[in-house]
Amino acid sequence: MAKASPSAESSAAVHAPDQIEIDLKDPFLAAFLAWLIPGAGHWYQGRRHKAILFFVWILGTFVFGLYLGEGRVVYASWRDGDRRLPYLCQVGVGLPAMPALIQAARKTPLNFGVYENFMVPPEISGEVDSLDSVQKRLNRYWELGTVYTMIAGLLNILAIYDAWGGPALAAPASETKEEGEDDEGGDDGTGKSKGDGH
Amino acid sequence: MLADVLFAQMGPAVLLGTRINTLWYALPLIVAVSVVYSATRHEAMEAILAGAVRIGAWIGGFMLVVFAVLFGVSSLL
Repeated sequence: MAKASPSAESSAAVHAPDQIEIDLKDPFLAAFLAWLIPGAGHWYQGRRHKAILFFVWILGTFVFGLYLGEGRVVYASWRDGDRRLPYLCQVGVGLPAMPALIQAARKTPLNFGVYENFMVPPEISGEVDSLDSVQKRLNRYWELGTVYTMIAGLLNILAIYDAWGGPALAAPASETKEEGEDDEGGDDGTGKSKGDGH
Repeated sequence: MLADVLFAQMGPAVLLGTRINTLWYALPLIVAVSVVYSATRHEAMEAILAGAVRIGAWIGGFMLVVFAVLFGVSSLL
């Protein structure tokens, strides 16, 4: 299985298994954009259909998870008694998970106008807005919302890799070009390289 | 009394009836995971959709097999 490995040049190209040549442009910028907003890296590379697909499905999954958890399941906390490890997965979705960092850093939370205490870390103890009371109120939707938002973040990591190196089974265009030149005497003269089978 | 007898006789079925709504939440996740995973393997839209159907069927089938096994085991208890 050949994997795409973008060079240090500002522009890299790979051949997808479906015989499509992809110009990755600047893979690192694309990867950063892909992290920032799901699909943005692909949009920058001109891979519009995949950009829309990633945007809709990854962001849709994240937003649906937030909806299930009433905006409380995504929050950043590293306090004793409440180390919010799921946020490490959720932050994979990029900018949409950033309000949690802002809310965690502020003493008086911002009102985003979506939900009350949107992405605000709950109190560890107390009656009104404690972690226990929020979990009790949301019941199973706490878990469902957490799982949805975590999976959205993890899926975006796959999308970031795709923006950086092309599809997982892609081969570098230079490699496939050399193979094509080697096989020049025996092929049909189309100059197209053969992708990996899958 | 009657409820206890019913639950004893139909425990797994009652469990299935009360949990079925939660299981529906797996469906959008299966679709999202299948589509995104397939999109990181292919470039052409037709190949992405075909791959997504294949992966979705695998995930759904795997979940059904696990469900059937657990359902069978719980029926025996």
